[in-house]
Amino acid sequence: MIKVENLHKHFGELEVLKGVSEHIKKGEVVTVIGASGSGKSTFLRCLNMLEEPDSGSIYFDGVNITEEKVNIDKHRQKMGMIFQHFNVFPHMTVIQNITMAPMMIKKMSKAEAEAMAEKLLDRVGLLSKKNEYPRKLSGGQKQRLAIVRALAMEPEVMLFDEPTSALDPEMVGEVLQVIKDLVKDGLTAVIVTHEMGFAKEVSDRVLFMDSGVIAESGTPEQIFCNPQNPRTKEFLSKVLH
Amino acid sequence: MLLIKYKASFMNGILMTIKLSCITVLLGLIFGTVIAFIKMSSFKIWKIKPLNILATIYIEIIRGTPLLLQLNFFYFFLPMAIPSMNFDKTMSVIIALTINSAGYVAEIIRSGIMAVDKGQSEAARCLGLSKIQTMRKVIIPQAVKNILPALGNELVMMTKETSLAATLFVGEIMTQCNVVGGASMMQIQTLIISGILYFILTFSLSKLVGLYERKLSVSD
Repeated sequence: MIKVENLHKHFGELEVLKGVSEHIKKGEVVTVIGASGSGKSTFLRCLNMLEEPDSGSIYFDGVNITEEKVNIDKHRQKMGMIFQHFNVFPHMTVIQNITMAPMMIKKMSKAEAEAMAEKLLDRVGLLSKKNEYPRKLSGGQKQRLAIVRALAMEPEVMLFDEPTSALDPEMVGEVLQVIKDLVKDGLTAVIVTHEMGFAKEVSDRVLFMDSGVIAESGTPEQIFCNPQNPRTKEFLSKVLH
Repeated sequence: MLLIKYKASFMNGILMTIKLSCITVLLGLIFGTVIAFIKMSSFKIWKIKPLNILATIYIEIIRGTPLLLQLNFFYFFLPMAIPSMNFDKTMSVIIALTINSAGYVAEIIRSGIMAVDKGQSEAARCLGLSKIQTMRKVIIPQAVKNILPALGNELVMMTKETSLAATLFVGEIMTQCNVVGGASMMQIQTLIISGILYFILTFSLSKLVGLYERKLSVSD
């Protein structure tokens, strides 16, 4: 579904990605772990061209989306993205947050979009908040809203950029639960996370990134129980207590 | 007494001041918006952004020179530059004030748009919205809340700054003040009356802006 070949990215002098190649298959759940500054967020943001790579290619459904002539908006409609800081739209009510894109882009009728939004909100336990503005929501609720907002576009793949890093500890669980449920239903997902227990539980495959490259990749058992790369061992010994 | 005797003069002055400030801020808003978007455009020739540079030069010159100088400049410059057109004084003043206002408004709009969190446009683009759709549905509605108070301030400022046009004798409050002051020999009283008139204008304007601002802030 997503095929990445030899991706390079600089920020000024800093080389953040030093040749990343990866293949994410349909229905697969891939988590990306690694220390801060290892390039995992940049890698994720390159997948939907939020960061433009300096070189290398990204094939999404067979199309090289790094090419300039590609209409990236069309492809982004099929890739949902969840951010660390939620980025819900504060000037819209909860339900407007969800219906806006389907109505604008998919030309869905208002009634149709709202019916779908209500179903989604119900699924994440936010139906009672549908007419509130986001300022009245907790962090966990905002993130759940952000997730269903992305789902409303019926994406083929969801990209999660540290979805729980900005949450109070007591709210991490509710957001992770939502993601677990989605993944169980067969969603393709790439998840950058610091939650090792979660990564171990949901992943089909874990990527360990270290200074701009994928240092190790394998099943959760391989990575967490029997890491081969000394850098992976060192990182895990620091984060798993 | 003074006020009653020269009622017509003061009334004309008030109308002229309102006319000048409203027209210039309105035109300033239109041109300022255009300049703001030019300054933010990513149009590039190699590594240079020519439009960007032009807009910056414009804004910096306008903000870096006195309005009184600009008024005089356009008063003398316009008839010379376009001899076929017959510029009356009011016209030159409106053009000069508009050019001035556009510079300030451009910065107000640009900073209002820049102040919207980058994550907002990223989230919208990730949903598949185009650049323009993102601007229209996500960025502008939020930016308006930043822009409006500053724009109201600009209108208040402009109302006061039209007084500089008195040097060209265009008939706004300050011109009338000078005339009435001279005719009645009661300069201090006319100055106080004119001051009160300006104050009433600007104070009610700020209150109006405040009211509208509160209406906009339902979602905060």
